[in-house]
Amino acid sequence: MGINLETPKKFGVLINQAHQVSTEIFRPISRKYDKAEHEYPKELDMLASLIDGMNASGGETSTGARGVRRKDSDKTNVNGGNMSGVLSIIEACWGDVAMVLSMPRQGLGNAAIASVANDEQLARFDHTWAAMAITEPGFGSDSAAVTATAVLDGDHYVINGEKIFVTAGGRCDSVVVWASVDRSKGRAAIKSFVVEKGTPGMVVERLEHKLGIRASDTATIRFTDCRVPKDNLLGSPEVEVEQGFAGVMQTFDNTRPLVAGMAVGCARAALDEIEDLLKQAGVTVDYDRPAHTQHAAAAAYLQMEADWEAGYLLTLEATWMADNNKPNSLQASMAKAKAARVGVDITLRCVELAGALGYSEDSLLEKWARDSKILDIFEGTQQIQQLIVARRLLNKSSTDLK
Amino acid sequence: MSGRNKRGRDAMGVGLAALNRLASAGAIDKLRLRKPVERAVYEGAKAGFRSVGAANRTFAKVQGRGKAERPGKAGGRDLFDLTPTEEQQMIVGATREFSAEQIRPVAADANESCETPAELLKRSVSELGVTIVGVPESLGGMGSERSATTSALVAEALAHGDMGIAVACLAPAGVSSALTLWGDDAQQATYLPSFVGDDVPAAALAIVEPRPLFDAFQLKTKASRTPSGYVLDGVKSLVPRAASAELFIVAAALDGKATLFIVESSTKGISVESEPAMGLRAASTGRLILESVTVPLSAKLGDADDYTECVRLSRIAWSALACGTGQAVLDYVIPYVNERQAFGEPISHRQAVAFMVANIAIELEGARLTMLRAASRAEQGQPYAREAALARKLSSDYGMQIGSSGVQLLGGHGYVKEHPVERWYRDLRAVGVMEGVVLV
Repeated sequence: MGINLETPKKFGVLINQAHQVSTEIFRPISRKYDKAEHEYPKELDMLASLIDGMNASGGETSTGARGVRRKDSDKTNVNGGNMSGVLSIIEACWGDVAMVLSMPRQGLGNAAIASVANDEQLARFDHTWAAMAITEPGFGSDSAAVTATAVLDGDHYVINGEKIFVTAGGRCDSVVVWASVDRSKGRAAIKSFVVEKGTPGMVVERLEHKLGIRASDTATIRFTDCRVPKDNLLGSPEVEVEQGFAGVMQTFDNTRPLVAGMAVGCARAALDEIEDLLKQAGVTVDYDRPAHTQHAAAAAYLQMEADWEAGYLLTLEATWMADNNKPNSLQASMAKAKAARVGVDITLRCVELAGALGYSEDSLLEKWARDSKILDIFEGTQQIQQLIVARRLLNKSSTDLK
Repeated sequence: MSGRNKRGRDAMGVGLAALNRLASAGAIDKLRLRKPVERAVYEGAKAGFRSVGAANRTFAKVQGRGKAERPGKAGGRDLFDLTPTEEQQMIVGATREFSAEQIRPVAADANESCETPAELLKRSVSELGVTIVGVPESLGGMGSERSATTSALVAEALAHGDMGIAVACLAPAGVSSALTLWGDDAQQATYLPSFVGDDVPAAALAIVEPRPLFDAFQLKTKASRTPSGYVLDGVKSLVPRAASAELFIVAAALDGKATLFIVESSTKGISVESEPAMGLRAASTGRLILESVTVPLSAKLGDADDYTECVRLSRIAWSALACGTGQAVLDYVIPYVNERQAFGEPISHRQAVAFMVANIAIELEGARLTMLRAASRAEQGQPYAREAALARKLSSDYGMQIGSSGVQLLGGHGYVKEHPVERWYRDLRAVGVMEGVVLV
């Protein structure tokens, strides 16, 4: 067919729906819930039902957390759930990143389940709202340092440990927890478990006060002798030392493009806003004239938009590879590294260009500049993405290139 | 999302249409069969050298047949796809091989002598057919359909060998593409046969002028209408193979609007001065001076809109060249930082080094995808002004950053001519400076 970097027509309806939701639902309540941190945006419940309906009728297309499962296909070129998922995430985050993170049944835990669950688990957890619990007080980026334990006892695993920075941890129905089944066996022994809310021994201890994404709750959850059915272990229960971390890390190949998409959507919001404000100030952008003969603000816009385009296309590339069953760890990390860092740069620069209008709470620019920062941190910081890219390119192990 | 976020975008994309691709095997065969034919060797540019334009052939005016031939546009594609077609894979494979085996080994010498070997230029025509790829079959070219992505992939693969040599090879193709896209039937019949034959003339599409803040849409070179034609006055800069070029396409302002003119190098009032630059030295860059150059009415090539398209297509081509050279940097530094030892281990074990390599790869891929999107939109007949501008911005800024990182990673060794990275550093600066010359 030939090289084409436009998205297919069949996703148009989905993209438009997500855009309508952003405009009509997210934006009008964005500021309200940014101020009312920890208050659940009740408007999202109705929306969640709508999205469930969209997913049920969506066929190959899907919204965010649904669209990360790889399907075998004999088609030569597939534009499937990974791509449509990220496209709808982009549009929704153009509305509000924190709302997207708070969408019932669209959590990162759902993405993990969709990525590694077997068919039985997939059916069983189909309607759960799953948060993701990896980080502990003692580690962040070093995911292999998990100290939470899961000990098999009859038909149950007994989980102990403390998890922090659990997005939607307060509101979700269940949590996908990373815990070690044998701490002497290192990272290969780290497995993920679905723990449903209400399971005795699981307590949400507190919610964080944050720089941004304040409409999204970020929880600390403690597990004390928490008994979980052994069928809730996602993936293989065997500790395969040679396979190492691959099982649980595979989740990231699917979630990182989604986070990259969040940054793309948030940055686009800021770009659209600043374009309007610049126009009011008499500055327009000319794509044909050299940047250095235009207004400095127009030149800044061109530079931001170029960076945005790179982040957007890297994100699409990563999802396209996933849709076509091509290994995409490298591209997923490249997408997240680029999209997230330009997301921060763009939103901050737009505040600067807008001046007091951007810095004050009158517009949402200052909010987007706070929201965007988390996207360069969670699901692997900028530095972790660069490490992954570098190790791949240089063919280095984590012991060589630390 | 094509740029600004607008509502009601469900009409995005274009309908699936059958693609009318040219028969790839036939095209390749055609290339292989082409025999190299001897051609006069051209004088390399030497500092201070100034002469009248080269004049080794006359282009006999040919009457048109009433209708210009235009390459077909590719049909609209629906699915996102980064896989080149089989035909493109073959062409790119052959070009990469040519680049690795014939360009890279002579690149350092070509840089020193400010000249691409004539033999190599000939082989780029006989083995790769660089000037006939976009020319319709009815005019002796390779196919009825022009593919901007194929041209971009070829430019990229050539620049992986050497950007200066790539520019020297592609300069005549820039002219033949311009004639194909915007020439009328008489212009095509007069000039195109030379470009599809064995003896392809040196030729160049000249836009750049020597002044700060140059803007391709605010030209100092003027064209004035006379009863019988136009008079051109002005100076064009960084024109590849200027001293040996037999045909120029020159951009000049006509009634304030930038327009292209076909100018034969033997025309009175044309002189050429060598203009060696920081990089692209293998392209033998020169200054083209036009002093009361009289050309006939038939010299005007296309209109102002065509000129705008020309500028955009050339920016995509320069972006593709930057991607090729950027990839060369990446491919070169990876083994170097893995082998180079410091403090008892390879320097690639240090994040400060490893992250530079990672960033080269990340920015290169981002620029490359943006360039491909621009080329693909152009070839499908979609608007692409925005995408071309963004591709130019990324490949200029990050291309230069990549060139600089390449030298930095090799340290003192990067600064000396024993390694090619210093040449790539110099070449990559051209991407933000150049306009015209190459087209996708």
